[in-house]
Amino acid sequence: MAELVAKSPCDGLLPLTLGGVTASEADLGTLTMVLPYCGRQKALSQALQAAHGMAFPAPNRATGKAGARGLWFGREGALLAGPDPDPALAEHAALSDQSDAWAAVRLEGAGAEDVLARLVPVDLRAAVFKRGHTVCSQVAHMSGSVTRVGERAFMILVFRSMAATLVHDLKTAMEAVAARG
Amino acid sequence: MRITCPLCGERDRREFYYKGAALALDRPEPDAGAEAWDEHVFLRDNPAGETRDLWYHADGCGAWIVVTRDTVSHAVLETRLAGEAGA
Repeated sequence: MAELVAKSPCDGLLPLTLGGVTASEADLGTLTMVLPYCGRQKALSQALQAAHGMAFPAPNRATGKAGARGLWFGREGALLAGPDPDPALAEHAALSDQSDAWAAVRLEGAGAEDVLARLVPVDLRAAVFKRGHTVCSQVAHMSGSVTRVGERAFMILVFRSMAATLVHDLKTAMEAVAARG
Repeated sequence: MRITCPLCGERDRREFYYKGAALALDRPEPDAGAEAWDEHVFLRDNPAGETRDLWYHADGCGAWIVVTRDTVSHAVLETRLAGEAGA
């Protein structure tokens, strides 16, 4: 029987620091897609509050905090990142374990906004994209999720199969931003 | 061209997939007859002006959106979630 060793999506690719911006892999814990049943969004939000201390996020918003976040993840869907989902949630929503499906990268530094400006076709500047804001958009040519988790820090999620592409695109953008000085 | 997703806000056209005329919302009754179905399936208008079509926010929230737009000026006049737009 072969010894199987679990590797993280960006194993061997990160961390990477260029021009004062650092990309590092984030371990978000368990990732669960939470899809509320018809008309149950309010009850689900209350159950989420009771079990994990966060409301169901409104469009383009993230709730919770580091270690237990709720990211709006598309129409009538949220990604619970961190804790194993409380069984009580299953009464109000379809739950799907996606822990191994996503690559999560934390991008941090003074130039992080400039790096993302080259990759994401949405205005992510602090004046309009504040902490607790999230978008489902493109990262380069990939579908992805971008959330502001700090004054100069973002969390980027793309499909796990795209991890190397994400790192490549981030590196290219970081080099270009760093070259401008 | 930019399209305002009712959920996400104003987004670049590259996030969207174009489906075509917003037909699925006015499907004839099953017994409407051959002529009505022939028109529904095959006959499209090609207006120089206001048109109403379906776009999918593929690299976004995944919603289907009914977009009313002007093919001459490229202005986007109205966007609604297909699920709420009705027939």
